Amino acid sequence: MDFILQGVIQALRLLVGGDPETYSAVAATVKVSSMAMAASLLMGIPLGFCLGHFDFPGKRQARLVVDTLLSLPTVFIGLMVYAFLSRQGPMGQMGLLFTLPGVAIGQTILALPVVIALTATAVESMDAELRTSLLSLGASRAQLLAGSLWEARHGILAAGVTAYGRVMTEVGISMMVGGNIKWHTRTITTAIALETSKGMFAMGIALGLVLLLIAFGANAAVSFLRRK
Amino acid sequence: MKRRWSIGRLLALLCVAAILGLPAAAAAEGEVLMMATTTSTDNTGLLDYLAPHFTEETGIELRWTSTGTGKALELGRNCDVDVLLVHAPAAEIAFVEAGFGIHRRPVMYNDFVIIGPAADPAGTKGQGVAAAMTAIADQKAVFVSRGDDSGTHKKELSLWARADRPVPERESWYIQAGQGMLTTINMAAERNGYTMTDRGTFIKYAHDKGGQPPLVILVEGDAALLNPYAVISVNPDRCPKVKGDLANRFGEWMAGTRGQALIADFKLMGQPLFFPDAE
Repeated sequence: MDFILQGVIQALRLLVGGDPETYSAVAATVKVSSMAMAASLLMGIPLGFCLGHFDFPGKRQARLVVDTLLSLPTVFIGLMVYAFLSRQGPMGQMGLLFTLPGVAIGQTILALPVVIALTATAVESMDAELRTSLLSLGASRAQLLAGSLWEARHGILAAGVTAYGRVMTEVGISMMVGGNIKWHTRTITTAIALETSKGMFAMGIALGLVLLLIAFGANAAVSFLRRK
Repeated sequence: MKRRWSIGRLLALLCVAAILGLPAAAAAEGEVLMMATTTSTDNTGLLDYLAPHFTEETGIELRWTSTGTGKALELGRNCDVDVLLVHAPAAEIAFVEAGFGIHRRPVMYNDFVIIGPAADPAGTKGQGVAAAMTAIADQKAVFVSRGDDSGTHKKELSLWARADRPVPERESWYIQAGQGMLTTINMAAERNGYTMTDRGTFIKYAHDKGGQPPLVILVEGDAALLNPYAVISVNPDRCPKVKGDLANRFGEWMAGTRGQALIADFKLMGQPLFFPDAE
């Protein structure tokens, strides 16, 4: 199993030596996951907040649907998005197949239920006492909303971090929609899949470590934000 | 509300993210030809070797996605790629006859070999294909199949037919990997079993193992083991968005003297991986 050690050494070599293929895959990964995270947070936080904050008929059913969508397999999302983006599909005119924005659409579908469900849970879990105390302080309806959102910020951040983890690590969508095209849509995960299928296990491990390093960077940034 | 996230910090983070995202956006868009091909042309490095020559001589950028032949043909059927480089003649001819593709040009071949442990428990060495497959089935020796509807998988299925054997679909010794060729070879090596592979991938595998691969070639040279590759343009009459001109230029280039010479020159461990055979 000496390829594990070789992988660690190779990871360092790729990063320090500035291997252009690796940096291209890193850039593709960062770009596509940023697009997907921006879209899923913009849509997911308001939706999740509404789902957690308001009482409305069908709320339990809506929650059930969102929780079920947490189990969407990435290959299945990839296949569905491919069906829509294919030139023979309903959105074929947009030319998004084999592009990073196309992959980002799929990853947004992957991340959205995570953001909605965890945001809703964060809002729900603190609402009871906060609501009464805010109301007793004479808060208006708008202030009540803003106060709840502010107090739920750590839960929402956790939702973002969790969704980011899923988006960064998925391979099914990137492979099917992106096509693993060198210099264009090859992300770190599809590169790992390719190297593994070529029998280059050490290279696969090296790329996996590179991905972990990026994730570490992202999470360090979040924890930096969290400090007062 | 003592804790506040400073806006400055947030902006700084966004800037870092934006800078990281920039380099890949800078690439200029020339004429781009999109190809679907099989794992064997990509895994062996043939396309990495040919593509820069093609781009230099024609100004066309070649991009490819490598999958099994089954999926490559499906991508062509759905008009999602401009050109195909695949190796499953029967399926290719059906594809062209159904009107999905035009200008099918044979460009090269390599051949398939049956590999297995050097000890050769089923006694296949030097036999013909039919006899070797029969021996493997009789001995219930482990055989790893691609099992992914690729050109290689289709070839293997035809060998069972040639040996007058049903495909051992549910036998415990018959493992259907559902993965690419090198992964399949690695699985066969782990299980000390047999598999059928294209010679190019095997040479690459042997090279990666430092010339001392755990599995060796046992059956080769049978006419039934030839593996011809062809370039097919996706039919622009069916798929208006497809770049028919560029696809034809790629086909002509591959079948022309320059492409053919480059294919013949592509070697690993001193052995040619593919043999040009355009008419």
